[in-house]
Amino acid sequence: MTFCQKTGAPVNFLEQPRYRCGLETSMNLRKAAVIVTGASRGLGAAMAEQLGRAGARLVLVARDREALQGVAERIQRHGGEAHPVVADVAAPDAAARIAGTAGALVGPAEVLIHNAGSLGPVPLAPLADTADAAFEEALSTNLLGPFRLTRALVGNMALLGRGVVVLVSSDAASTAYPGWGAYGVSKAALEHLGRIWQTELSGTGVRFLTVDPGEMDTRMHRQAMPEADPASLARPEQAAARVLSLLEATG
Amino acid sequence: MKHLVEDSAARVRTGSERLLHVDPTHGTLVDRSLDSLSELLAPGDLLVVNDAATLPASLTGTTGDGAPVEVRLAGEERGGTWRVVAFGAGDWRTPTESRPPPPVLVPGDMLRLGPGLRARVTARSEISGRLLWVRFEGTRHQTWAALYRCGRPVQYAYQPLPLSLARVQTPYAARPWASEMPSAGRPLRLPLLGRLRARGVGLAWLTHAAGLSSTGDPLLDAAQPLPERYDIPSATVAAIAETRRRGGRVVAVGTTVVRALEGSAQSRGGELLPGEGITDLRIARGFAPRVVNGLLSGIHARDSSHFELLAAFLPGSLEPLYALHVAAGGYRGHEFGDSTLVLG
Repeated sequence: MTFCQKTGAPVNFLEQPRYRCGLETSMNLRKAAVIVTGASRGLGAAMAEQLGRAGARLVLVARDREALQGVAERIQRHGGEAHPVVADVAAPDAAARIAGTAGALVGPAEVLIHNAGSLGPVPLAPLADTADAAFEEALSTNLLGPFRLTRALVGNMALLGRGVVVLVSSDAASTAYPGWGAYGVSKAALEHLGRIWQTELSGTGVRFLTVDPGEMDTRMHRQAMPEADPASLARPEQAAARVLSLLEATG
Repeated sequence: MKHLVEDSAARVRTGSERLLHVDPTHGTLVDRSLDSLSELLAPGDLLVVNDAATLPASLTGTTGDGAPVEVRLAGEERGGTWRVVAFGAGDWRTPTESRPPPPVLVPGDMLRLGPGLRARVTARSEISGRLLWVRFEGTRHQTWAALYRCGRPVQYAYQPLPLSLARVQTPYAARPWASEMPSAGRPLRLPLLGRLRARGVGLAWLTHAAGLSSTGDPLLDAAQPLPERYDIPSATVAAIAETRRRGGRVVAVGTTVVRALEGSAQSRGGELLPGEGITDLRIARGFAPRVVNGLLSGIHARDSSHFELLAAFLPGSLEPLYALHVAAGGYRGHEFGDSTLVLG
């Protein structure tokens, strides 16, 4: 995949998704309580809308109240159930708030999708020029936030013996693209976080899925690579559909 | 601010909790560690937990006249009305019994409890002017968002720092029904639950709206616990029936689980049925449990209401022995203390 290199033929991620998990049973998304972070735009909004159509009972999390409300209303107009929760997953107190609100509105969460992401420095910067605050923002949003929200929710999933936690990652987690330091490091750590959670929760019925949606035409991509031709990029809806079919194939 | 609130990670500390095993059949008390729970329970036994999450139940604000007031959520009732207990000026650093009473509040009064959170008083208890019913303005969704924005967990005067909302959750909390943490389950960390499952001990759950531990009004405290709602899944009813059929023991984690199971069974002529209900059952010395064989709970002082419930599982002769043993052994009480297992 060509995340940062501007030459060479782009690899179509839809044909070769980098998904890592063991899949055996299937999951019915109808009536499933699902939490999606970063749901106000891009891949998060696309997953939310498709989950809404599949009949999931959604709790949608993002910082941008208006955009989030818009996504929730679109889902509701199509007969879906979506509850917007305005929160910044990077905030230390967000996890208890999101978990509690979700518990009140849709009951025990069956699926948790960590999609909210931060690039770190915008525009992207080499590590030598990356400020502490920008690096910390990437770690808080991409790693600590998912850690805390997972910690708040997996206990009940383990008790009930079922649950899926989806980690949205990137090939920047495994390839050392210059300029993607804060982001790449945070995603590498996120993937390892998922592996350790999975090991610690083995036998509980809770599954961790790491997905790499590939390059998509999103705001984040425009921030990272303003010169990219949107026509060369996949639509977030296509990646969302892949994540959903993966979820449906997971127990 | 982050240094002023206790870190939720501290709750992950394991292994230091002590467990006092009381065997009512043999009349023994044995000092154990909580980890030994996986040896004290046998394959075929069933542990039933309360998966209620702890609410951000403490809301501070002002009355219509601008007087300071704290209300603590004491339970959601049908139709979106909440039962609350009101306190006057001051905060959690003052023990509830020393807090001044709230301003006189009557139906129709409006309480401002933070940005976007207003509640109208709809009724007032005859027992105490502190016990009120309120309705929040706005939709159900707006109310929950505002409760989590403005509310804080109920705090304890014995704690040096305010507790974060994450800190007062059990490891498996889900629906926020509890005014205060159903604390008997707090030490049941995931690795311990995993070991119990691996041993063949069953795990089942219900949701019970644990109420407030203290209202600051002796008359109201005497009327506690107020009616509390519960929801028992059919899988739990089936697991209990199967456990009994095979001769296993049903162990309740916390007094709230006892209330839900025994209250539900009592209201239906002894038969446990799944579903939601409300119970005003008071369990004390002399109560004969019909569903539950054993209890995992905190350490309770002899003058506490929780001790009364514990006594329902203890032969009378063991009561003074338990009190002496707890005191001499240096067991820690309260929500973050050690545990008692009563199981023969």
